[in-house]
Amino acid sequence: MRDVAIVAFAQSNCQRDAGAQNEVELIMPVLTEVFKQTGIKSAQDVDFTCSGSCDYQQGAAFAFVAGVDALGAVPPIKESHVEMDAAWALYEAWLKIQMGHAESALLYGFGKSSPGELPIVLSQQLDPYYLAPLWVDTIAFAAMQARTMLDSGEITEADMAEVVARSRNNALANPHAQLKGDQTAADLLKEATYVSPLRLHDCCPISDGACAMIICTIEKAEEWGKPYAIIKGIDHRIETHHIGSRDLSRSVSTEIAGEAVGVKNGKVDVAELYAPFSHQEIILKKALGLGDDTVINPSGGVLAGNVMMASGLSRIGEVAMRIIRGEITRGVAHATSGPCLQQNLVTVLEAK
Amino acid sequence: MSSSAEILSQAFTLGYTYTRSTGPIVGQFLTSLRARKMVGIKASDGKVLMPPVEFDPVSAAALSEFVDVADCGVVKTWCWVKQPRKAHPSDKPFAWAMILLDGADTPMLHWIDAGDEAAMSTGMRVKVRWAEETKGLMSDINGFVPEAVALLGELKPAASDEQITGMEAPIYLTYNFTAGKATARYLQSMKKGKLVGQRCPNCRNVYIPPRGSCAACGVPTEEEVTLGNKATVESFTIVYIPIPGNPIKPPYVIANLVLDGANLSFLHLLSECKNEDVRIGMRVEALWKPEEEWGYAMENIQYFKPIDEPDVPVDQIGKLIDEGR
Repeated sequence: MRDVAIVAFAQSNCQRDAGAQNEVELIMPVLTEVFKQTGIKSAQDVDFTCSGSCDYQQGAAFAFVAGVDALGAVPPIKESHVEMDAAWALYEAWLKIQMGHAESALLYGFGKSSPGELPIVLSQQLDPYYLAPLWVDTIAFAAMQARTMLDSGEITEADMAEVVARSRNNALANPHAQLKGDQTAADLLKEATYVSPLRLHDCCPISDGACAMIICTIEKAEEWGKPYAIIKGIDHRIETHHIGSRDLSRSVSTEIAGEAVGVKNGKVDVAELYAPFSHQEIILKKALGLGDDTVINPSGGVLAGNVMMASGLSRIGEVAMRIIRGEITRGVAHATSGPCLQQNLVTVLEAK
Repeated sequence: MSSSAEILSQAFTLGYTYTRSTGPIVGQFLTSLRARKMVGIKASDGKVLMPPVEFDPVSAAALSEFVDVADCGVVKTWCWVKQPRKAHPSDKPFAWAMILLDGADTPMLHWIDAGDEAAMSTGMRVKVRWAEETKGLMSDINGFVPEAVALLGELKPAASDEQITGMEAPIYLTYNFTAGKATARYLQSMKKGKLVGQRCPNCRNVYIPPRGSCAACGVPTEEEVTLGNKATVESFTIVYIPIPGNPIKPPYVIANLVLDGANLSFLHLLSECKNEDVRIGMRVEALWKPEEEWGYAMENIQYFKPIDEPDVPVDQIGKLIDEGR
């Protein structure tokens, strides 16, 4: 596999409600920013463009097509879309580069969840015969997963609150975060349950926003003369939709993906893990074999702001930018999709 | 539609009225459910999967051996919903749970009517509360209840014993849709009886309705341009088929119209002429509804009608300067 460089990344603030901003208006500022970082003018200056979004979130049919209006796609460009988090758009573009079909690519993800009832909207991604007709929402699944772990004694409610407190504290230094603060785990534990055993703070907030990234071959990055981070490995795996057949206290797909990209082949300075619910960070940390010498979610992670369909790519961007700024030399980024961490993508990033 | 400050929003419900074919495995499960019986399916390793799936999650082998399973079992994990959402199956507090039915090896998801969170515990025994009428849907189980609860409701026999091959699976999702900044500005102008587009700072093209960007150049558009009522037919079609929910009687003309001074067309109705006379290059003008009927909508213009001006040559369409301004 050839190394692929991340040369630019930008993300919007996570906002509970972006109000009068359509998809184009959400995307355009982050595109402008990555073009500036790379020193190029538009999507015409890369070989391939791929985006991630889901029209169900805002209830607007073909919003993902409308989003193309932000690109300047005249004359026509090579463009693709995944109805998934844009981390999977990165995977598609990475494959294109591996195959020699492109030397550079623009990725972007956007989500406007505020117009709908997100947990209920997401219930419709489930099995259409057995689960979707019951309207069982994402929070319920996560809550049942948390109870499995609490019942087995693997975690305590205090462990979960520690994750949240650290997220909120780390988010104080993240200008894009939606939820931040200096509460302690003890403060958080005083709050009532929401969907028991989860408290509201155990759940990621609902956010509107967008992010964008530019990747390319190492040769192209040198030609552009920009600093970059290197994708050393990227892999994604999925588990069965038959939720009763899964061991919810583990993330087997993350374990396999992490093994495939060689997470353990070196020290991991930083890991950005897409854990929409506090206990899931504990599952992921274990699945990736991360030790206490790894700083987890220095951005605050998605508990501090979760733009569905963009937050996965943002996890990768967060790690890449720390490498580009010279703060770290090796990091891991993770993205997830589906109920109870059903599908997982793991990326290892290194400095040149 | 409501307007607060610069934000225009409107509540709407998106409906997907799907009918799904079940295939033989899900169909058999639902057929059994309608007869108030639970069946699982034997996996490659001999375990009984509940509810049944077509293919083994591990070996991917096609599965076919159904196994009777009890309609009672043990709660493996659960959560408590204090404030049910509108879509949820219960309007009072309830539990979602993964329930391992006696005779099954994997738990299935359903809900439990336990009354109070204090009545719930992992490991508790529950039983199915069958719906009074069964239809071959997951809702034939009207939730589970703690095993000690006496069920006295009358159960009607199933209306049919035919094999189920399909199911109604309607989805209704409600949203509060918000217009974008550019669209909101445009609709606010429409309410005042004005057609206002936006000009690209780069290529100078004028777009109406504006989207906040030039799709060709990929740059934001901000400069507003007020356009007149005259337009040219860029293309058109005569609609002969009735469209559900559309009050206009066919045949009628839908046209791509380019306003003078604009560079991109939009769709509108064309009327007050014989459909056969409509042609590319034809000059038309907006007929606005009475002012008291104006809202935040393109429908403020009832339709466009022909005007007595020479046709525009095809290569000039979309390139006219609005001389009226």
